[in-house]
Amino acid sequence: MADSICRALRDGALEGELAPALTLKDSINSPFGFHAFAHVLMQLSSNILAGKSQSRGLVLLAFSRSPAYYLELLKKSGGNVGSSEKWIQILDCYTDPLGWKERFTGGEKISNVHQEVSNLSHLCTNVRDMDNLFSSIITLGKAGFVGEGTVRFCVAIDSVTDMLRHSSTSAVAGLLSNFRSNDKVSSTFWLVHEDLHEEKVIAALEYMSSMVATVEPLTPSPYVCESSLNTPYLEHSSTKGRFHVRIKRRNGRVRVICENFKVEQSGIKFTSISSEDAVVNQGLVPKVQFNLQLSEKEQIDRARVVLPFEHQGNGKPIQIYDGRRSLTDSKDDDKPLSTSEKSKDEGAGKGEIIYFRDSEDEMPDSDEDPDDDLDI
Amino acid sequence: MSRMTSNLLDEAIGLDDSTSLSPLVGRLLLVEDCVETSGAFVLHHLLKRAFSSPHSSNAVIFIAFSQSFVHYERVLRKLGCNLAAQRDSHRFFFLDMLTVGCSDRSGKETGEGVLVGLYCKIQRAVSALIQENKRHVTIVIDDIPLLEVAANGSSNHVLDFLHYCHTLTSEIGGSIIALSHEDVYLDIERPLILQMEYLADVLIKVGPLATGIAKDVHGQLTVLNKPVGGLEENLRNRVHNFQFYIKENVPFWLLTRRSCPTSSIY
Repeated sequence: MADSICRALRDGALEGELAPALTLKDSINSPFGFHAFAHVLMQLSSNILAGKSQSRGLVLLAFSRSPAYYLELLKKSGGNVGSSEKWIQILDCYTDPLGWKERFTGGEKISNVHQEVSNLSHLCTNVRDMDNLFSSIITLGKAGFVGEGTVRFCVAIDSVTDMLRHSSTSAVAGLLSNFRSNDKVSSTFWLVHEDLHEEKVIAALEYMSSMVATVEPLTPSPYVCESSLNTPYLEHSSTKGRFHVRIKRRNGRVRVICENFKVEQSGIKFTSISSEDAVVNQGLVPKVQFNLQLSEKEQIDRARVVLPFEHQGNGKPIQIYDGRRSLTDSKDDDKPLSTSEKSKDEGAGKGEIIYFRDSEDEMPDSDEDPDDDLDI
Repeated sequence: MSRMTSNLLDEAIGLDDSTSLSPLVGRLLLVEDCVETSGAFVLHHLLKRAFSSPHSSNAVIFIAFSQSFVHYERVLRKLGCNLAAQRDSHRFFFLDMLTVGCSDRSGKETGEGVLVGLYCKIQRAVSALIQENKRHVTIVIDDIPLLEVAANGSSNHVLDFLHYCHTLTSEIGGSIIALSHEDVYLDIERPLILQMEYLADVLIKVGPLATGIAKDVHGQLTVLNKPVGGLEENLRNRVHNFQFYIKENVPFWLLTRRSCPTSSIY
């Protein structure tokens, strides 16, 4: 159902409503949040390129990867980044987030980045100033693709964790909520590493988003065992995991979806859990020599068996077989002893219970207490 | 024997891959050790490896907070590598930070100022190396907790510094190797080390033998290769686990206990 979050981001905001927002979060046990982020980014960009989405462009705040990396990524997925119509703008908070390089070079720009990259990316040298960040994003969006009327654009942030390192929670929350309420923003999504922040910070981010997607390991692993070198790393080594999505609809309904994912060379792949479980269930019965299950014929035969006393009250004489040849059956001496219905033989398919007494020593079935004569 | 066995670590990191020129390009390699078992030998091994490789474009910028140049020179000489000669041929830049902390305490320089100054030195060295056409620059940091001390205990500044080093290496195609101590951060709730583990592409954990003290085994090593980004061609997400024995600073890898691709675990 990763599709459904991509669809929600594609469809964008309604007039007068907050823009849909997606929080992607991961933890060190399953650090594939960026893969999911790249997946959403590529889906959205292909929608934008195809003209299917509400937004006409995308502004990306690059904190953890360089703009060159993103352009490479988008090219790989078939995105037409070099086209004359600029549909993506990158605010480069990666190269020089605190202005150290600027301070060192005295303002002059030394860069050997590709022309194509420098066309689309805009350097930000003070990421601590949230107001400045906000205004430059809106400017980029407006100048880049928002021409006239109600054209909107998307905002993607690849690491809220880095933003939170540079400024306070309230400033970051303010920025994010400003995006959502801006009438030029169609939708917004961001990535955060869950275990690097306090719970209240994560909760604040989740409150501000209409969708929350969590990247989890398949089995919840205790990362607490510090002493052991091995156990957590088995978890680490897995490229599989679970993708947990919570979507809050405008009408108040909350939908929770869970999916499995696997990180492959080409990117992240999502599979629904039910189809995988079916495969697992088939192979779940252990392979043993014994026949643990009944065949269809055996089940039918079993259903036909009339248990003792089951026929009582059907208008037939009640006969309790006590294991001996009873007087009424004496005429059928030559026949094997069985429940007396055998002689009536109502259908060839009738089930029966065959029982022979082992010897005369065996007590006949009766309701009497065999130890009745004991004087206790 | 030594040549064959020491390939265990190289293999785990991916250095044995002869097809690519430098498999660590743009990557961050984090070595985590603890009090019982020092992981410094991994740094020494990688240092030697950088100089013994046939590519003359390799160069190392060494940021030393914990030991002096003489120490590293002695150790590397045991391993058959002359650091002084490498320094003279401008392949080895040694930034001695042992005394920096002391001198700056008296001055008014802030933690950030120290690291900005250090970063400027690195960038200057890198530009000089690029002019000499040595593009495979490895930045080695020994070690992170002492870097944090130099930054007046601000882990944020350490992360900023690492980020800047990362931008530098990703631009020119170099790599970063950092040593950190795991047990220094044991009690802190959201430690620096966890953030560094997010940044790291290759994580090497050095610890004592899990089953107890043994005469012939000095410790064990867990190497974790993360799959990076989604761009990389070969997806190496593998855990390698093996034990080592150190004789006069020369590590011998004993045996591979577990070296399995993901699929066999699940």
